[in-house]
Amino acid sequence: MRIILHIWRQRNATDQGRMTRYEVPNVSEHMSFLEMLDVLNEDLIAKNEEPVAFDHDCREGICGMCGCMVNGVAHGPLPGTTLCQLHMRHFKDGDELYLEPWRARAFPVVKDLVVDRTAFDRLIAAGGFISVSTGSAPDGNAMLVPKEKSELSMDAAACIGCGACVAMCPNASASLFMAAKIAHLALLPQGQPERERRVKAMVGQAGQELFGSCTNIGECEAVCPKEIKLEVIARMNRDFLKASWTGREE
Amino acid sequence: MQLDSKCPTGPIETRWERHQFNLKLVNPANKRKHTIIVVGSGLAGGAGAATLAELGYNVKCFCFQDSPRRAHSIAAQGGINAAKNYHNDGDSVFRLFYDTVKGGDFRARESNVYRLAQISLNIIDQCVGQGVPFAREYSGYLDNRSFGGAQVSRTFYARGQTGQQLLLGAYQALEKQIGRGQVTMFPRTEMLDLIVIDGRARGIVTRNLITGKIESHLADAVVLGTGGYGNVYYLSTNAKGCNATAIWRAHKRGALFANPCFTQIHPTCIPVSGEYQSKLTLMSESLRNDGRVWVPLKKGDKRPPGQIPAAERDYFLERKYPSFGNLVPRDVASRNAKQVCDEGRGVGETGLAVYLDFAESIERLGASVIKERYGNLFDMYERITGEDPYKVPMRIFPAIHYTMGGLWVDYNLMSNVPGLYVTGEANFSDHGANRLGASALMQGLADGYFVLPNTINDYLASTKLEKADTSHAAVKEAEANVNSITQKLLATKGTRSVDSYHRELGKIMWEYCGMARTAEGLKTALSQIPGLREQFWRDVKVLGTGEELNQSLEKAGRVADFLELAELLCLDALERNESCGGHFREEYQTPEGEAQRDDENYSYAAAWEFRGVGLRPELHKEPLTFEYVHPAQRSYK
Ligand SMILES: Cc1cc2nc3c(=O)[nH]c(=O)nc-3n(C[C@H](O)[C@H](O)[C@H](O)COP(=O)(O)OP(=O)(O)OC[C@H]3O[C@@H](n4cnc5c(N)ncnc54)[C@H](O)[C@@H]3O)c2cc1C
Ligand code: FES
Repeated sequence: MRIILHIWRQRNATDQGRMTRYEVPNVSEHMSFLEMLDVLNEDLIAKNEEPVAFDHDCREGICGMCGCMVNGVAHGPLPGTTLCQLHMRHFKDGDELYLEPWRARAFPVVKDLVVDRTAFDRLIAAGGFISVSTGSAPDGNAMLVPKEKSELSMDAAACIGCGACVAMCPNASASLFMAAKIAHLALLPQGQPERERRVKAMVGQAGQELFGSCTNIGECEAVCPKEIKLEVIARMNRDFLKASWTGREE
Repeated sequence: MQLDSKCPTGPIETRWERHQFNLKLVNPANKRKHTIIVVGSGLAGGAGAATLAELGYNVKCFCFQDSPRRAHSIAAQGGINAAKNYHNDGDSVFRLFYDTVKGGDFRARESNVYRLAQISLNIIDQCVGQGVPFAREYSGYLDNRSFGGAQVSRTFYARGQTGQQLLLGAYQALEKQIGRGQVTMFPRTEMLDLIVIDGRARGIVTRNLITGKIESHLADAVVLGTGGYGNVYYLSTNAKGCNATAIWRAHKRGALFANPCFTQIHPTCIPVSGEYQSKLTLMSESLRNDGRVWVPLKKGDKRPPGQIPAAERDYFLERKYPSFGNLVPRDVASRNAKQVCDEGRGVGETGLAVYLDFAESIERLGASVIKERYGNLFDMYERITGEDPYKVPMRIFPAIHYTMGGLWVDYNLMSNVPGLYVTGEANFSDHGANRLGASALMQGLADGYFVLPNTINDYLASTKLEKADTSHAAVKEAEANVNSITQKLLATKGTRSVDSYHRELGKIMWEYCGMARTAEGLKTALSQIPGLREQFWRDVKVLGTGEELNQSLEKAGRVADFLELAELLCLDALERNESCGGHFREEYQTPEGEAQRDDENYSYAAAWEFRGVGLRPELHKEPLTFEYVHPAQRSYK
């Protein structure tokens, strides 16, 4: 099949940027979306045009490196799927697709479809961890975790940090990302000692970054490739409220 | 050159403990005065960087992705081994040690492997402590499953995302240290050379992948946890960015490269579908617990799988290996799949696949149990192939997956270049000629959390290092080397893209140095690779400049290194006139077609010394001795 692409081209952070039209003839339905971009890039190189820069690594939907907007939807039309796992059998001959980078002030564009997501790392550094010095942990079975709790915790921990939630949110809020980590750790007995400090520190850090606030729109949940549920945000809000009322200044 | 493995002697159970006692310590106040460079933020690098920082060292950590959380370790699916014996099924440290030495086909050091088995216990505790949501039983206790090459249930897992969860544990520990200012993180920064001053590793030269800036970083020791080199085959299960540049350039600065031909092929990957194929996707080996592998008995049987009656199917692994069945080690499973396809009994459009069938397990356990165990893998399979594995059997074929070879290190994980440590998949240390499933995560974390932080003290405490700054001649020379490579790649302005060379190299490697190797084939590869390399440097086309994000330029540097490493890999395979583990030489097999080792002549680690591009490297041998597990032909019958 033949696919028409309009791709955001931007040389660097200060360049204005513009959409450019390309055609990819001979797209096979078995190709992944990124393989189609590979084919386009090989074509561009043959014509002495610079290939389109896009982030990717595992191509298995787990590293969280890939992603762009496809016709206004983060990671494209298939629910619960990263861009690298989206296959061309979901498109048809002659489709026109508009590819843009994540759009959020907290994620400045680096080049073409590549953005800077280091703000996510800073959120984790603020408190998204359990402090346990290497070698000090008790036996793994010393602390029992009910299966249901462990499954819920794993649901939240499945987040791959791709940034689709922020890109899709009209407020560019990082709530789903942040709440997924907070819920993952708060659901486990190991996460209790630092539970209140963690939520306060992370929410505080989000305020320092250029993310917006959550107004419960739910676009994030709709595009999350790992199908993280909005309920994690409810858990975060409850913990935050509690910590804000009962916590003491340190 | 005399290779000293520094392995302790005496009773194996206490070797590590006694060794640790004999290592020098650095007192807490002095740790602050040392800076350590850690290249890599995967399980090995990330765990190491976090732990060293926690101990009080200043750490600079580097990765080429945009965040340390994205290292390739994230993609590991199946699980991590530990000899906890929580199931009372006869497991023990000694059994894990025994299985690993045997699984590695007697080409690993006993001392290292025993230590690994011991530390496996601490790893699980540490990860649980960090909040890794391992699978649990209803009682709340940790759950386990079994994996290829073992008859006990010792694999801990977090759905099909074990690597992700373990890496996030290490990443969060690392981020905590970054938040404290104890680690400075350099994402999107690639190491392009090693700085050696007065014979010691003292730093690295890096390129900032966004600005293109070339910079030097100096330290008291350098740790490489930069992963494996499976992408030398172009198509592999590794992430696209995995590369050998860090270890290869360290090799060119004097570090020995050990057992490069020990590469692992994974039996359960989704088959190739077309020329555009950019990577191969692994379906976790844990699937072999509940899936049965088969092909039609008759050649060229094109009926859909559902229409082939049981009597006309060949469950070849169960037939040939009744005691291990579908759970034979990876090399055995892979070779057998290739064999039935070579016989013309392969399935699918290309005939290069075998079935992995869940019909019986679904009937026995119900689809919901199967979904709970493998749901995300089944979803992934369906997404990629468009077929529903709950209804039709999966089609699988072997693919390059892991590299047991890597830089030579001693028992302390130090290479022959003093001050240069190598951890995780990047070193050659623990898996011999074949790695057992769920043991790479174990090794990466053992190295990072528990071994390196203990052994590096000894070097720092006993070495007097001269002050060095970036005006040193060795630094300038390394920077000039990096600049000249970049300039050369950009100035060539040839006709063919970087990927086209990489693909071509991959084809040579898979054809002649893949699942089954022959002296003749290896010689063919050795005659083709130098020509391809020469053409690459004459004709490669890299557009853009060096002062910006330039993904073609990044790839070009990596492919240039693969073009050199490939030659060493083939040479090593040609020199090793035996079959062992992942290295199968067709000339050396038993009458039943199993790998035939030659312990008399090849019971050694082959450590190669670089002599110049295109020149014959020098071989150093580290003899291997076995006191506890006696070399025997591996049998999984
Ligand atoms: C699909 C798949 C599934 C697997 N499943 C399992 C499993 O179930 N169980 C198991 O035990 N093992 C499994 N493995 C193997 C295991 O995942 C790896 O061997 C292990 O994670 C390697 O960890 P590492 O820390 O050594 O390297 P990696 O995780 O590859 O990390 C390498 C790091 O080095 C950095 N780096 C590399 N080069 C440079 C450079 N030049 N400059 C700067 N930084 C650099 C990267 O950015 C990265 O941070 C699997 C492997 C694959 C491919
Ligand atoms: S490339 Fe890793 S998630 Fe898409």
